[in-house]
Amino acid sequence: MIHHRWSGKRALLAVTSMGLAAALVAGCGGTTKDSAESGSGSGANSEKVADPNAPIKEGLQIAFLPKEIDNPYENIVDQGGIAAVAELKGTGKEVGPSDASASSQVSYINTLVQQNQDAIVIAANDPNAVAPALKDAMAKGIAVVSYDSDAAVDARQVFVNQADSESIGRSQIQMVSEQIGGKGKIAILSATPNATNQNTWIEFMKDELKKPEYKDIELVTVAYGDDDDQKSFQETQALLSSNPDLKAIVSPTTVGISAAARYISSSPYKGKVVLTGLGTPNQMRQFIKDGTVKEFALWDPEQLGYLAGYAAAALASGQITGKEGEVLKAGKLGERKIGKNGEIILGPPTTFNADNIDEYDF
Amino acid sequence: MSRLRALLSGRELSIVVALVAVVGVTTATNPSFLSAQGIHDLFLNASIIALLAIGQTLLVITRNIDLSVGSVMGLTAYMSGQMFIADHDTPTILVVLAGMALGAACGAFNGALVAIAKVPALVVTLGTLYVFRGINYGWASATGVHQINADQMSQGFLAFGSGSILGIPHLTLIALAALVIAAYALHNWRSGRELYAIGSNPQAARLAGIPAGKRVFTAFVVSGALVGLAGVLHASYFGTINASVGTGRELAVVAAVVVGGVAIFGGSGTVLGAVLGALLLTTITSALPILGVPAFWQRAVDGAALLLAISLDRAVMVRLAERLRKERSLRRA
Repeated sequence: MIHHRWSGKRALLAVTSMGLAAALVAGCGGTTKDSAESGSGSGANSEKVADPNAPIKEGLQIAFLPKEIDNPYENIVDQGGIAAVAELKGTGKEVGPSDASASSQVSYINTLVQQNQDAIVIAANDPNAVAPALKDAMAKGIAVVSYDSDAAVDARQVFVNQADSESIGRSQIQMVSEQIGGKGKIAILSATPNATNQNTWIEFMKDELKKPEYKDIELVTVAYGDDDDQKSFQETQALLSSNPDLKAIVSPTTVGISAAARYISSSPYKGKVVLTGLGTPNQMRQFIKDGTVKEFALWDPEQLGYLAGYAAAALASGQITGKEGEVLKAGKLGERKIGKNGEIILGPPTTFNADNIDEYDF
Repeated sequence: MSRLRALLSGRELSIVVALVAVVGVTTATNPSFLSAQGIHDLFLNASIIALLAIGQTLLVITRNIDLSVGSVMGLTAYMSGQMFIADHDTPTILVVLAGMALGAACGAFNGALVAIAKVPALVVTLGTLYVFRGINYGWASATGVHQINADQMSQGFLAFGSGSILGIPHLTLIALAALVIAAYALHNWRSGRELYAIGSNPQAARLAGIPAGKRVFTAFVVSGALVGLAGVLHASYFGTINASVGTGRELAVVAAVVVGGVAIFGGSGTVLGAVLGALLLTTITSALPILGVPAFWQRAVDGAALLLAISLDRAVMVRLAERLRKERSLRRA
């Protein structure tokens, strides 16, 4: 009898501990910015005709809605956007939720509609969750631009993309190949294993490696630091110790590259292993200056916001409607052609090194 | 019986055996795992979580828990960065002391609610987990400083985080010092022993004249100070800080403490066990990529280690209880 009672308790314990373990696993989710790929379909306002010579209206009210209000990256983007709106004699503001969950932006969109904003610029947390609210806004004549992370194609007029995934992926390989002299073993330190952005880039990196000029470069493995400092640190250690002849690590995520740089800068691998990838200049300044990292890349987030600000103003003034082939005049950035599905691309990523890093502050 | 007892009291020993097994298997696959740099890295990785585990042990022994450690750690790490923005040449020792003071203050807040207002620690610290994180986000938002980078901190501070003496990282030396002091206090001081009494049976402890509230409050303050220290060390070790440092760390700490043999319902366990638990878990995390375990499986392996530890504990407890019962009935007969 006694035995039975104990085994009952033991079963209960097993169940509770399973639950605990599940909670542990679930609690460790990493954060990764993902931009949804655009599908098919056309903008809702495609019937309207663009007047490329229409003047930009003065006093436009344009709101920037980031994924979350405390995201440092998005704040820089929005600063660029607000600066663009100011250039055009309008009023720009940034509002947003404190968490990046799928539905948290909806109430903000509704409020902005009630405030009669002329345009909403949004980095969608979820392409579909915000779609009904955005369609409602468009129906009331408000221009909707998505940037950084797209909303559903029929729920916005224009999507301002930082750079196309292909050029990001391929340029990473070109950069690392140049630094290791086109020969040797390399590894990738990514974010989470299911991060959309990173996985798309890595596919293009692998594709680029198939080209004959990279035949002497071998991609040993892809490690995942989960965009967590400690995990990225440990993955870097593992990469270096399990591949003694590793020539370079490419980390296409800002958390990964800075953690890897910090580890390498205080280890015997400094100066022997090349580290490159995507990072922000402020984060990497120290490691460029102490020689750990020679070169890395990123699009300029401020320019991304700037371009989105111009796109929003042009839409609200009727200069563009979001149709393929229209041309957006974007102040100091020059002109951008609108591509398929209303997509505007900022341009190839900027490369940072010891010569130019002090010109950037983000 | 004596063997069983030895096994029980030798919980630390079984973690060491597990540790040796993990290191042995990994080294067989890749000898550089046990190189000087490899060992250096293993201890370095475990140091911060070990400090958190020492503080958490003090609380779990008294049948309490602190889920706000990740947020407190984030807050003190962020404050370290802010201090360097205010004055780039702030002395490292000042940052360390300020971090510990802020951590202790957060601990005192938790402790007051638990010990004086008698609210269960699980609920209090679940609340302060969000409150402290919210303060951190609010601070970042109000000052517009969302990220503090390595070049904004003083060279001395960064060198302190990555430096070592005779090959032993500074961080590990600090964790070891905390371990020795906490272990001695828990084992030899009257107030240390009283923490176990409070956790074993709170009513009996109070009836025996132990000032339970005062002891629990002190445990929260001391634990908070250790968490604050861990936050400062995190800043100097990683060199990049934002408002979300330490998010989710509380679960890793509780796992380390439980794997280290500290009973989650209080009354038993040692800080040495908790520290070894932390070392074992971080070593497993370091070993998995070297062993070539796909990233998708790594968390599952962590969870399995936790379940294994709990099941082993339970099995030993059950067998011990049965033995005791049999012995008692024999004596009566």
